[in-house]
Amino acid sequence: MILEARDVRRLYGAYVALDGVSLSVREGEFVSIIGPNGAGKSTLINVLTGVLQPSAGSVRFKGKDIGGIGTVELTRLGMARSFQLVQIFPDLTVLETLQAAVVSRLGLGTRFLASLAGSGRVESEAREVAALFNLHEKVHTLTRELPQGDKKLLDVASAFALKPEIILLDEPTSGVSTADKHAVMEILVGAAKRMGLRAIIQVEHDMDIVFGYSDRIIALHHGTVLADATPAQIEADAQVMDMVVGRRRGVQGTNPAPHPALSPEGRGSWAQPSPPEGERGG
Amino acid sequence: MRTAVTLAVVGGAVLALPWLAPAYYVTLMLPFMAYGVVLLGLNLLFGYTGLVSFGHALFIGIGAYTGAVLTTRFGMRQMELILVAAAVAAALVAAPVGALCVRYVKIYFGMLTLAFGMVFYTFLLKFYKLTGGDEGMRMLRPYLLGQSWEGFSKTAYLIGPYYYFSLAVLVLATLLMWRIVRSPFGLCLRTIRDNPLKAESLGVSVPRFRWYAFMISAVYAAVGGALLATPTGNVDPTLAYWTHSGNIVFMVLLGGFASFFGPLLGAFVFIFLQDTVMSVFPYWRLVFGAVLAVLVIFAPGGLMGLFARRRVAHASRA
Repeated sequence: MILEARDVRRLYGAYVALDGVSLSVREGEFVSIIGPNGAGKSTLINVLTGVLQPSAGSVRFKGKDIGGIGTVELTRLGMARSFQLVQIFPDLTVLETLQAAVVSRLGLGTRFLASLAGSGRVESEAREVAALFNLHEKVHTLTRELPQGDKKLLDVASAFALKPEIILLDEPTSGVSTADKHAVMEILVGAAKRMGLRAIIQVEHDMDIVFGYSDRIIALHHGTVLADATPAQIEADAQVMDMVVGRRRGVQGTNPAPHPALSPEGRGSWAQPSPPEGERGG
Repeated sequence: MRTAVTLAVVGGAVLALPWLAPAYYVTLMLPFMAYGVVLLGLNLLFGYTGLVSFGHALFIGIGAYTGAVLTTRFGMRQMELILVAAAVAAALVAAPVGALCVRYVKIYFGMLTLAFGMVFYTFLLKFYKLTGGDEGMRMLRPYLLGQSWEGFSKTAYLIGPYYYFSLAVLVLATLLMWRIVRSPFGLCLRTIRDNPLKAESLGVSVPRFRWYAFMISAVYAAVGGALLATPTGNVDPTLAYWTHSGNIVFMVLLGGFASFFGPLLGAFVFIFLQDTVMSVFPYWRLVFGAVLAVLVIFAPGGLMGLFARRRVAHASRA
């Protein structure tokens, strides 16, 4: 078990955002968290990433309690995240953005007088990640000048450059055109495979992506776990489909076949239980 | 290449200035060089970290008063030691002040720094026995490189040894800052300036790195403050007054905070423009206020931004 939440409650005054949520993420899993607006997804993300302290219950990552631990510390432990709204450094180039992640991971941030340009390792690792995300031809482009899709990719790529063991992606295809979203997911899953990630959690509204790529789906409703099952089991559960997914997929027949690269027998195979590459700096 | 040529020409001119220019203009270069050091530090905070301090005169005051106290009360005249002591004093004050200020951003950070600056100003003003109150304290002529330079008149000392000493300090401070902004640390600061939320998600501890930047900028301000005290020969509380903090922010804006050399250009133009305007018009602040308004509206990138714009326009025409 890499990540485990037990009976997590989170209150905002009298409002109960999460009410006894329990979930676990195992080695090699791609887990999607779904639910309508107000279901508690954002709060759950913030609790899982150590930003919020649970009001009750616990969250453990690799056996360590991470409740309210904070983003920086969690990054050092090996968890990274990307955001629903694209987060970039507008005045930095693509290469500098990725270098910043590598510098942080290697614990080089307090090298006050070292030359960044002279650090071959930082640059080569940043270029490797750029290549994995098809950004290698744009490494010297200012990120504010990138097309929206590339900004999204860079946001995710910079999280990958931390070489985390587990990554939490908040709507990885939001803002990406329908035509490009599967390509984005392909790149992302391919990078995860190459970099030896142990698990991926995503929060996603796009059900094509959710059902096409997940090993397991956790459906939230009113701050509780309504269902925690495989895509096939979720699809067979009329109550969950009605309450969380909506009828569109089943009734209108828009459910695409799983992506060839992520067919049922292929699911989970991206994450080889190999140790993460590189070390994490303090 | 272009930058290297410009630097070589400017460097040669600055080195030759004491032989070529009237003494009056050479002495005007002394506050420029002192402010140059201050602004290199201030811009690490402003241009590279995204924090605007309205209280950095506090650290200029600490540097200047360190020099005055050491030379008049303790008989310590070695300028090299005065600079080290000023840096240490500033770091000791900046550590707790910075730790508190960097928890806030934007106007709240600016107001907090201004508040600490005014606390120090009041301290200088009211603790008469210690600081000389509104009359201030004398700054005795410091020794340079172990030499007292007693055979030199005040002007000869200032436009000779002290000029080159200040220049050497400015060059060292510039080289050091050049390394800092191009280091992994400098990159982390720029991520914080651009997007603190994203920087944090990449494992960059935003408060910690802001604090480091604050400390470095305070040390630079104090070293500049110590350099500033010698030409005037007297230090007084106005050095730490908030309008002085405003002046140095103006200098950074004037030169352009987005450029490494912008603040140095801003200091140069400010000093010489102030001197020129004051000689023909008593209300120099009126003129500078208008200049500031024009800058913010038409040239937010400062003079260096204008040069860059001209260069781009020229290149696109070619």
